[in-house]
Amino acid sequence: MSLWVWILMACVVSFATKFVGYLVPERLMDNPRMLRVAGALTIGLLASLTAVNTVATGTTLVLDARIAALVAAALALVLRAPFLVVVAAGAAAAAVVRWMGFP
Amino acid sequence: MRVGLSVAVATGLYGISFGALSVSSGLDLWQTMALSLLLFSGGSQFAFIGVVAGGGSGLSAMSAAALLGVRNAVYGMQLNALFKPQGWRKVVSAHLTIDESVATATGQTSATEQRRGFWAAGVGVFVLWNIFTAAGALLGAAVGDPAQWGLDGAAAAAFLGLLWPRLRAKEPVAIAVACAAATLAAVPFAPPGIPILVAAVVAAALGWSGFGPSSEGLEPDVDPYPATGGAR
Repeated sequence: MSLWVWILMACVVSFATKFVGYLVPERLMDNPRMLRVAGALTIGLLASLTAVNTVATGTTLVLDARIAALVAAALALVLRAPFLVVVAAGAAAAAVVRWMGFP
Repeated sequence: MRVGLSVAVATGLYGISFGALSVSSGLDLWQTMALSLLLFSGGSQFAFIGVVAGGGSGLSAMSAAALLGVRNAVYGMQLNALFKPQGWRKVVSAHLTIDESVATATGQTSATEQRRGFWAAGVGVFVLWNIFTAAGALLGAAVGDPAQWGLDGAAAAAFLGLLWPRLRAKEPVAIAVACAAATLAAVPFAPPGIPILVAAVVAAALGWSGFGPSSEGLEPDVDPYPATGGAR
């Protein structure tokens, strides 16, 4: 039940963030520093989420089949594959090395 | 218009991976659909389930989603400057403000085409994203053990896929490496979810200190230096 509360709050915050952009005077947000912070946040969080979802299990760092998934995804991206193919390549690589006995 | 619709198809399709991953991270079908219908911002949705999958608290999940959505405020400001929507249109435009609709609108040159592009991409992505989220969620619920099918690996791949197109210059790569390193350093010492917020602090500090070009991570069409220099 409590997860529902956080889901709905995340939805409210998301809409509010978008709507604020339509309300504030243009010059308030349209300065290089705000754009830098927003851009850096986007990159930093995605990099962080990539790292956590690859090698973290709870509060320990582990090397498992997800490493193979990351390598496969990077290869697919270098080959300019569309997003869905990248995700599928990651899943397939993890499934295959796990089937071969890797944790 | 045509650009908007093709963007909608390409984007909507990967709602299937969000749906499947969301269910495998422990959300049920309706919680998954609530995120796609009401939160409606791909990166933030993946962030929310990514934190939950790692054992993070609801608060950390919400915070990560909120911080990843900060760029939407910048997009909203750009769209408001372009279209000046009023009344209910302002509310609906705000909800449809996402990477893809903004990119489609700002990629057009005439005002009419910008407006058409925004609505075609925005409404199109919304409809397809939700249909494919539901399909993915049902598929994810049907496969059973997510690890056996490599769905945990799919999550890592999905985040890399979202990050990749934003790494066009040296500075974004440096930010990504610094934030990933800060996260991994924090993992053994902090509850799940917190290391991601540590990275947010590092990223914000780097951005605030003026590191790199001001358009990084955002639309390449953002004009970082608007012609306001003569005002003062």
